[in-house]
Amino acid sequence: MLEKKVGKQTSRMQNPPSINAAASIVGPKEGKGPLADYFDQAVDDEFWGENSWEKAESKFMREVLAKVTAKASLAMDALDFVIAGDLLNQCIAASFGIRESNLPFFGIYGACSTIGEAMQLGAALIEGGFAFNVACLTSSHFCSAEKQFRFPLELGSQRPPTAQWTVTGSGGLILSLEGNGPYITRITTGKIVDMGIKDQNNMGAAMAPAAADTIYAHFEDTGLPPDYYDMVVTGDLGAVGKRILDDLLSSNGIRISRLLNDCGLMIYDMKQDVHSGGSGCGCAAVVFAGFLYDRLRKGKLNRILFVPTGALLSPTSVQQGESIPCIVHAVAIESSRGGNQ
Amino acid sequence: MMRQTILQYINAFVIGGLICAAGQVLIDRTKLTAARILVLFVSLGVVLTGLGIYQGIAEVGGAGATIPLTGFGYSLAKGAFKDVDKYGLLGAFTGGIRATAAGVAAAVFFSYLAAVAFKPKAKS
Amino acid sequence: MQHVMTKDDYRKYVDKVSPDSKTLRNTLRAFFVGGLICVIGQFFMNSFRQMGFDQDVSSSLTSIVMIFLGVSLTAMNIYDDLGRFAGAGSIVPITGFANSVASPAIEYKSEGYVLGIGARMFLIAGPVLVYGISMSIIVGIIHYLIKH
Repeated sequence: MLEKKVGKQTSRMQNPPSINAAASIVGPKEGKGPLADYFDQAVDDEFWGENSWEKAESKFMREVLAKVTAKASLAMDALDFVIAGDLLNQCIAASFGIRESNLPFFGIYGACSTIGEAMQLGAALIEGGFAFNVACLTSSHFCSAEKQFRFPLELGSQRPPTAQWTVTGSGGLILSLEGNGPYITRITTGKIVDMGIKDQNNMGAAMAPAAADTIYAHFEDTGLPPDYYDMVVTGDLGAVGKRILDDLLSSNGIRISRLLNDCGLMIYDMKQDVHSGGSGCGCAAVVFAGFLYDRLRKGKLNRILFVPTGALLSPTSVQQGESIPCIVHAVAIESSRGGNQ
Repeated sequence: MMRQTILQYINAFVIGGLICAAGQVLIDRTKLTAARILVLFVSLGVVLTGLGIYQGIAEVGGAGATIPLTGFGYSLAKGAFKDVDKYGLLGAFTGGIRATAAGVAAAVFFSYLAAVAFKPKAKS
Repeated sequence: MQHVMTKDDYRKYVDKVSPDSKTLRNTLRAFFVGGLICVIGQFFMNSFRQMGFDQDVSSSLTSIVMIFLGVSLTAMNIYDDLGRFAGAGSIVPITGFANSVASPAIEYKSEGYVLGIGARMFLIAGPVLVYGISMSIIVGIIHYLIKH
């Protein structure tokens, strides 16, 4: 009998790891958005002094790792593992950003859900007794993502209203065995869900069923009432996807419209011409590391279910006419360790 | 003379505008990507010229018919016809590129220069 | 037990809740910008004719000038804004063809002058040439067969 496993997809931490520090660096557009004050730094040039978008994205990650480690008052070599990922082919932003750090490294890919995957793996490593301190980081960059997934930046193309805007930025967290919280108390690992949506410009609709599936599984596995959390915050469903998620959850008896929020809707002002909202590996990461972490630390929020959402498509799969498989992970974060178990 | 010129501009505006508007309806309604629209328009230009229809549109529309990509198809087909008449079957292979050489060469050369001199820039 | 829609039902539901493009607004913009670009083309055409060039030469010169304008606006980071506003109105004219050649060339400079600029230049415009030229050969052959 596994003592930490609850139900089919969820694990409960017996000694919940503490998130001891969070850091975020964003690009110029995010730096003009409503959460500007919560980010550690906003750079005003997407190249950030480098000569390619990819190098700039690696720099975001390298700088965030340094910043978050310093904020946790740790020496670099006190980190037992770094878990990181991004959207670029072969995850080069993560591996090139981390390569000089000389630390044990897990590179992971869960598309825009990667920060959730990293937090789950990090929490499990600590809970399992494999580590004292784990750094979790992800990044995305509007320009490198456009180049890889869509078109060259200067091409005069139009986006439909369901399209989303990739966040430029990187967010990082330090998870530790000891600390004052907030704590990761439960994790629900998502399954791949594909409802046959093929439109690359409507990722919110593709991901919403996966988000509903994971959130449903979380409440089913834990037996918690749907209003247990102060906020259930998805990664990057955008306006269209959030609406669909709300419908899907309601049809399954989980009525939490007023608790639902979405990082992709929080990071930009809708006047910033971002259509359905923000997206990308960096979206959930910087909103959590910037805004949500601050709210948890200050006691404005006590329990949240953080639900980063990912669309597992590639340019090749889209060209071959495949539908978009999606994955969504849920991480429960609470300001007190005991929680209401 | 003056009136004729004004009429020519109005025709160019209306015909060119209509061709572009048709492209927009296709983009919005069919979710075809821009690249597919471009291929469709060039092919359409070639076919309509082959059927003897586009010549009439070009006659009325002037630049309104030759500036859109259907006009590129029109030049390709017209060039092929001209060279076939002149050189026989070989002309089918030489005519299209000969007639559009100026545009394609200019696009390659200017783009190369632009790429050497400029950097892409994001919008914030 | 979780209630899950069938894929068909879900697709229909998504079509219903996803906002449509504002086709009327977009089409009007495409009409005006596209028409305006053609008027500029007509102006150059007439100017070259007035300088005494024949129809074919004027038409080639006009192409070169329009492509130069398209590439220049791309390099100055203006054409993408135009495209966002006008859609097909700036994609369909020959200036849009120029934009589709120049934009990947500029974007992929970071991958080098040969495999970056050189190889990627026709990322988007390549298919236009492939289909345009191939169709013109077919049409040319048919023309030959009808004549003989």
